[in-house]
Amino acid sequence: MKRRVFLKGTLASSAVAVAVGAGLLNPRQVLAAWPKSAFEAKSMQEALNGAFGSELTEPTDAIQIKAPDIAENGAVVPVTVSTNLSNPESISILADGNPTPLAANFMLAANTAGSVSTRIKMGKTSNVVAVIKSGGKLYSARKEVKVTIGGCGG
Amino acid sequence: MANSIKIKTSVNGDVCNVKSLIKHVMETGQRKDAKTGKVIPAKFIQELVCTHNGKAVLNANWGTAVSANPYLSFEFRGAKAGDKLVLSWTDNTGESDSAEHTV
Repeated sequence: MKRRVFLKGTLASSAVAVAVGAGLLNPRQVLAAWPKSAFEAKSMQEALNGAFGSELTEPTDAIQIKAPDIAENGAVVPVTVSTNLSNPESISILADGNPTPLAANFMLAANTAGSVSTRIKMGKTSNVVAVIKSGGKLYSARKEVKVTIGGCGG
Repeated sequence: MANSIKIKTSVNGDVCNVKSLIKHVMETGQRKDAKTGKVIPAKFIQELVCTHNGKAVLNANWGTAVSANPYLSFEFRGAKAGDKLVLSWTDNTGESDSAEHTV
């Protein structure tokens, strides 16, 4: 079952087909299907394509990433992403040095502020990238975090 | 997995700040057991939903790169004391939990 779904996920090129594939995996989920292809993508481009159907993002100063310059423990890297873009629809956090870069994707309601904090794992020193969707466009910002002990693989 | 979720809220004006901690292993499926050398199967939260008086304020999709015992904080407008918040998660093995909190 798993292999079949995995194949389906990799072969499917359109976002719709991927959504159907992920839906088959877990029929109990009534919510928007978990974007399997995006989270299993091995590169930034694939992850962005899987999550948004596009890898083109516009760098902006309107996104602030609060993360340590040096993280002693890569297993727990506190990250806060906030923005003053109007009407942020979603906030995604990626770490481009990880085996699977996409860490989290937050979908915000209209009354939810453009700011989330969480803690992520980072395998090695790399950029933390925040991608925010606002008004149908993708904006991004990045910040380098040096990791002294990796949090993946252990 | 009852009571895996801790929620704290503070209301400032009509802005509600939500902080939550979830107890979960968030296993990536890439680590090996030091003793047996076998790969520990992945187990991580995939979906998380927070509703305010029945209306979703935040939906999150998570991957394996979210830390163990995940911490999450965010803010939304339009909350007042006594409102009901429900936070629930589902992981890749189909396990789930939810918690209710009164602002």
